[in-house]
Amino acid sequence: MTTSAEFISFEELEDVIHLVNKVHGYDFNEYSRASLKRRVSRVMGLRKLSLFELNNRLVNDNDFFEYFLKEITVNVTEMFRDPDFFNILREKVLPYLSSYQQINIWTAGCSTGEELYSLAILLQEQGLLGRSLLYGTDVNSDVIDHAKKGIYDLKNMKLYSENYRESGTRHSLSEYYTAMYDAAVINQNLRDKTSFSIHNLVSDGVFNQFQLISCRNVLIYFTVSLQEKVIQLLYDSLQPLGFLCLGSKESLRNEAIARCFKLIDKKSNIYQKID
Amino acid sequence: MIGCSAGGFSLLHNLILQLSKNYPLAVIVVIHRSRKYESRLEKDLTDKGEIPVEKAGDKQLMERGKVYFAPADYHLLLEPDGCFTLDFSEPVHFCRPSIDVTFQSVSDVLGSKVIGVLLSGANEDGAIGIKYIGDNGGLTVVQDPEDAEVDTMPLSAIKLTKVDLILKNEELFNLFDEIYRIKVTAANFNHL
Repeated sequence: MTTSAEFISFEELEDVIHLVNKVHGYDFNEYSRASLKRRVSRVMGLRKLSLFELNNRLVNDNDFFEYFLKEITVNVTEMFRDPDFFNILREKVLPYLSSYQQINIWTAGCSTGEELYSLAILLQEQGLLGRSLLYGTDVNSDVIDHAKKGIYDLKNMKLYSENYRESGTRHSLSEYYTAMYDAAVINQNLRDKTSFSIHNLVSDGVFNQFQLISCRNVLIYFTVSLQEKVIQLLYDSLQPLGFLCLGSKESLRNEAIARCFKLIDKKSNIYQKID
Repeated sequence: MIGCSAGGFSLLHNLILQLSKNYPLAVIVVIHRSRKYESRLEKDLTDKGEIPVEKAGDKQLMERGKVYFAPADYHLLLEPDGCFTLDFSEPVHFCRPSIDVTFQSVSDVLGSKVIGVLLSGANEDGAIGIKYIGDNGGLTVVQDPEDAEVDTMPLSAIKLTKVDLILKNEELFNLFDEIYRIKVTAANFNHL
């Protein structure tokens, strides 16, 4: 398997960014160059495109642009990925949330929905699903369509079940989905509490107020200045005393914002808005 | 940059312990490790050795005289402005962090200023990376497969490309020393 870092140079990447912004209005200017270069190169490799062909398709082919958008964003996800994270949520965060009449949860950068459904399952475990609404957003429509269906490869459920078990549950993942041929369909009662839509963290604003926001392994693809802007957006979207969950190697960046949060768990990188 | 996997850890350990406090290069290390084993490796090496050893952080500026390890379960990249970037895309050769990914990323930014070292390991991760470094004018070094505890990784690099140096363990230690001396001498010349 060839890793494809080599099909486009940094200079050529700037041109592609400029082009995409001009033609489609998507601004990748504050994306981290190193990871974006790899992703664009990957698309070129997958479709065997030269730089000229890439630019040409980006300008002239809207379907290709949707594909491009889907493939350059990183959509690697699993249900209950990072079992420790879910364990800490169950122990330290959910008890707080249980004091609310209405619980709103947002996964920013939800990809194909696995994390959001995992959160729904956690809430149901604790008898909180009834008063919860879970929102999942991402920048491209393909993954959002997939997430809405709540149908996953049955083959993956074994891994997801292990993850779930490791998160400290006394339940079994199979309680929450139905197997149909080689697919696993998330139970209707869980799906009824979820809402998936398109939202671009770069350009779109606050659309609701939440008690829990999860934005994990999304910020790393942004420059520091964009990370700060997004963290501000997430802060503005949080209810007072709401919780913010970041990826394990991500941080709040800005000292001024960091002071508005209390660290709830260092390893799982969970914060509570206190100011 | 050092890429290392099964069988190379104790050699790597000793190579790092030998580095002096003001080592004239930044040293990036990629070892295959999974999330499950979040270790105190970096802290242990810092305590025992002279040179500071840490996990590379997202958007952290890379500096000379430090050793940076790729954190478990993330790919480690380098930005044109000299900062690290972490990346959570698909594993490469079933590995995340992948040696190929870091070797290529750093080579893209630093070209001929890169020295890539590949040690013992059980899969082919690193072979393409070493070739990439060489193609971009960097210096490529592979542990002699006869010395390597698991020779798959060094062998696949040697099979894929013409490697500049194939070194026995002792010679690897000498290489790091040599780099130090050359750099220090060059710095002295510049003061004249």
